[in-house]
This record gives sequence, structure tokens and C-alpha cells, in this order.
Amino acid sequence: MPTDRYSLFSLLREGLRGNTGWKAAWRKAAPAPAYDYVIVGGGGHGLATAYYLARRYGGLRIAVVEKGWIGGGNVGRNTTIVRSNYLLPGNEPFYECSMKLWEGLEQDINYNAMVSQRGVLNLFHNDAQRNAYIRRGNGMRLHGVDAELLDATAVREKLPFLNFDDARFPIRGGLLQPRGGTVRHDAVAWGYARAADRLGVDIIENCEVTGIRIERGRAVGVETSRGFVGAGKVGLACAGNSSRVAAMAGLRLPIESHVLQAFVSEGLKPFIDCVVTFGAGHFYISQSDKGGLVFGGDIDGYNSYAQRGNLPVIEDVCEGGMALMPRIGRVRLLRHWGGLMDMSMDGSPIIDRTPVDGLYLNAGWCYGGFKATPASGLCFAHLLARDEPHPVATAYRLDRFARGAVIDEKGMGAQPNLH
Amino acid sequence: MRLTCPFCGSRGLEEFTYRGDALVRRPAADTSLQTDAQAWTDYVYLRDNPAGLHSELWYHGVGCRSWLVVTRDTRTHRVDDVRAASAVAAERSGGAA
Ligand SMILES: Cc1cc2nc3c(=O)[nH]c(=O)nc-3n(C[C@H](O)[C@H](O)[C@H](O)COP(=O)(O)OP(=O)(O)OC[C@H]3O[C@@H](n4cnc5c(N)ncnc54)[C@H](O)[C@@H]3O)c2cc1C
Ligand SMILES: [Zn+2]
Repeated sequence: MPTDRYSLFSLLREGLRGNTGWKAAWRKAAPAPAYDYVIVGGGGHGLATAYYLARRYGGLRIAVVEKGWIGGGNVGRNTTIVRSNYLLPGNEPFYECSMKLWEGLEQDINYNAMVSQRGVLNLFHNDAQRNAYIRRGNGMRLHGVDAELLDATAVREKLPFLNFDDARFPIRGGLLQPRGGTVRHDAVAWGYARAADRLGVDIIENCEVTGIRIERGRAVGVETSRGFVGAGKVGLACAGNSSRVAAMAGLRLPIESHVLQAFVSEGLKPFIDCVVTFGAGHFYISQSDKGGLVFGGDIDGYNSYAQRGNLPVIEDVCEGGMALMPRIGRVRLLRHWGGLMDMSMDGSPIIDRTPVDGLYLNAGWCYGGFKATPASGLCFAHLLARDEPHPVATAYRLDRFARGAVIDEKGMGAQPNLH
Repeated sequence: MRLTCPFCGSRGLEEFTYRGDALVRRPAADTSLQTDAQAWTDYVYLRDNPAGLHSELWYHGVGCRSWLVVTRDTRTHRVDDVRAASAVAAERSGGAA
């Protein structure tokens, strides 16, 4: 009998049988002629959407249509940081909802996603930054979210090897979110795919959406490289390709696609036990369970669909790293890659209906959408099923730009390459 | 990626600042926010964001401090053309710069 549920018992049994009884984590589904819901994009957000749709609103025929393979997009390319340390009212409840879902995810989907609440520490280097982080921490606490202000001594106890007395950017302290941390990104994709599949969702890989069929103003399905697939409702969750897919329905989005690079070093003995971010440049780092340093910085800053970046940003990231922790200077780089970010004009996402009936949009995640995966799926499923926004996602409307109700967490204005 | 500035020659990317789509047009100053808000929304927020040739503005801040219009393929980063923005603008307004 094939193994269905992962448990200590199934592990022991398969261990004794030479691991011959494991089933594929999900079926290789072929497209059916029609579904109640077709989700375009099999990244974290599309898969989570399908899972929560199937889980919460039973009896539906649901498909996830993915042009490549599961885990090939940003869900498998990010630096795995999860946190809910936002400031603005439109954002914080949403990201905290996501954090709570991470906390119960592995039991929920019966998959080890290596959710590790090792803490996220944002360092500050001057008085103005300290004030800004006090404000942010207070904002979080008003929303019932954990936040602790550490002074330089407390940071020194935690991470003694940081460059505290740098002449230009001395470390004065940090804002810690103890419940933040990292989650193994591939496992999130695979875990949601498997859990959705078990609820009957068809996960159709190598199937590119090439058109959106609209009849009398309503989306009725998608043209794909494997033929037409009818749909009661179509949900787009295409991350960096959102503009291209939305254009198939004649829509222009407040989004530019940009490239973000990430880096992994050779494996080292454990020495960084949380996520640390440098406050005087853009640099964030954590250490994976295999020992590799996982780090990154800014987006390259120009429109790109190339999934690879350029050298100036690599230099900038490494300079940030050296300013923060000079001891990594002789560590060798093992791997490095890029992914496509759907940079929205105000730095915040969109989960909303579109002007086309039956067509729904989930996009604009910038480079912070991994942490949002569970809540994004939950809220998009809610919107698709009930035609109204989920209570924690009411601010993420597509028309907020026209209304002037932007959610500008960073205070950068309408400038996608600065968020 | 390097850009060949018409004034300074081939230079590394770190000398330039990106300013996005060169084809967006600011509505005329007397375009009303009340009656034609959509024109302003389009200009400030909406972008074609093509996968392919993209006409875009770059500023050569570390060099000649000129604004440039670059034509680049966003799928490959291949740069096809770099021209002074002033020349492009003059052409557009029929030579009367
Ligand atoms: C280098 C890097 C580091 C990052 N670090 C972090 C981080 O530390 N923390 C954090 O919170 N976020 C981070 N992010 C952002 C995060 O990864 C993304 O915001 C998020 O993964 C996007 O949602 P997704 O998982 O659904 O995207 P994706 O996995 O990209 O899914 C979109 C899918 O749509 C598919 N698709 C596109 N067009 C079509 C089509 N026409 N037909 C069918 N399918 C199509 C794509 O193939 C793709 O699989 C990072 C991103 C990158 C690139
Ligand atoms: Zn120049």
C-alpha cells in the first residue's frame, strides 16, 4: 500500500522497506476541459490559494496551471525570511495573519517546511534610525505583535562578532522580532502542492497560459500550450510575470518587473542564529541548516525578465556584508541566482477583482512576498470564493492608486525600483 | 551590462541611475484632476512593463550628467541603442528643440 500521510510511523515503515512505498508527492495532472477555478501560476501564492480554496470551500473543481515546474519561480529563489514587522495599518494585520499561519503550517499541511522562528534583528546605526524603529516596534505591539528593542550591549551579547565600532556606521542597537525567522522555501512549494493535490486539486505543470478568453466581458477560461481550459473564475498569481499575463486581458498594471539576486556561501559551522539586517545599507543574512550563509540586498533597479543580474549589485551586497561582519570576507561563494520581482508602485501588494468579470489578481509582492505566502493564499481564496476581500486584505485594492490610497510602507512614492 | 553613452563612451552600470519607462508622457499641465484623473493615474502609476524591447531613461550621473534614452531587451539585457534624451525630445517636437 502506498504511503499517504507522513508520520513517524510511515518513516519507520518505509525505512524498514527500503523506501520503496513512497508515493509521488502530487499527481502529474493533465488539464480537464473545465474547472470551477483556474489559478494561473504554480508558485507559493498560487498553490496556497488552491489549497485554501479546496480546504475551506469543499466540492470545487480547481486547477493550478504552471508554465514551468513547481518551485521554479520565486518561491524557490528567495532568501527564505519571514517576519511581520510592518508599520502601516493596511499591512501589519495581513502579515501577522501570515505569521500565525506559518506557525501552524506544518501540522496543517502535514509537511516539514522547517519553519524556524529564530528571530529577525534589524540593526540601527544612529539616533534617527533608533527613533524610527521605536515607532515601528510600538506600532507592531499595538497590533499585538512581538517586538523588542535591543541596545548595543544586548546585540553584542547575541552577535559578538559584528562590526560594532565601525567609524561610519557604528551599531547602536536593533529591533528584534523573536517570532520572525526562516522557512525552507522549496518545502513550502512542495508541501502546498502535495496538500492541495490530496484535496483533489489538479496541478498542471509545463502548461503555459497564452491567452485569457473573454466572452461578453467575462473571463471564461484560459488558452494554454496544452489547449483551452474553461473556468468559472480565473485567478492570476504570476509574480514577476503579472504584467504579461494581465495584458492578455487588456489590463495595464501599476507594476514593473525587476531582478533581485541572492547568494549562498559554502557551508560553515553554525555561528549566526537569527536573521540580521544591516541598517546603513541594504544587506540581510541568515545561516541555513546546512551551514551556508544565505544573503542578499537591493534589486538591480532596472526592468528585467532575465532572472539574472549584474555585477554592481553583487559588489554593493558584498560591501554591505563586509561593513556588517568583516569575518565573512574570506568565505567562498557557492551559488548565486536571480528572480523576477513584481514591483508595485507603492511597494504593497494587490489582491483584488479586476475590471474583467471572473478575473482576479494577486500581484505586486515586490521582494517580500515569500513571508506572505500563507495569508496571500488564504485571502485570495476568500476573494475568489466569496467575491469580497478578506478582512485582513481590505487595503490591497487595485483602484487604490487612482484613489490616492497607496500603502507606502517605505515612503518612496510612485517609484517601483526604490521599494 | 554596460551602456555606451553618446558623450562618454562605454561605461559600467554603476555610473548610471535608472528612471524607468521613457514612453510615459506627463499630461498637459491644464489636464484636470477632477475630469481626467485617469490620465494622471496612467502617467504616475501604470506601465506597459514589456518582456522584450524597452525604451527607458538613464542618467549618467558619474559622467556627463546627461539624460539618456536606452533601448534594451528586458529578457536578455542586450542594449540596442543609447541616445541623448535631448536629441530624442528634439526629434519628437519636430526639430524645434
Ligand atoms: C532573490 C530573491 C530573494 C527573496 N527574498 C525574500 C525573502 O527573504 N522574504 C520574502 O518574504 N520574500 C522574498 N522574496 C520574494 C518572494 O520570493 C516572492 O514575492 C514570492 O515568492 C512571489 O510569489 P510566488 O511564490 O507565487 O512566485 P513564483 O514562485 O514566481 O510563482 C509565479 C509562477 O507563475 C508562473 N507563470 C508566470 N507566467 C505564467 C503563464 N503565462 N502561465 C502559467 N504560469 C505562469 C511562473 O512560472 C511561476 O512559477 C525574494 C525573491 C527573490 C527573487
Ligand atoms: Zn555620459
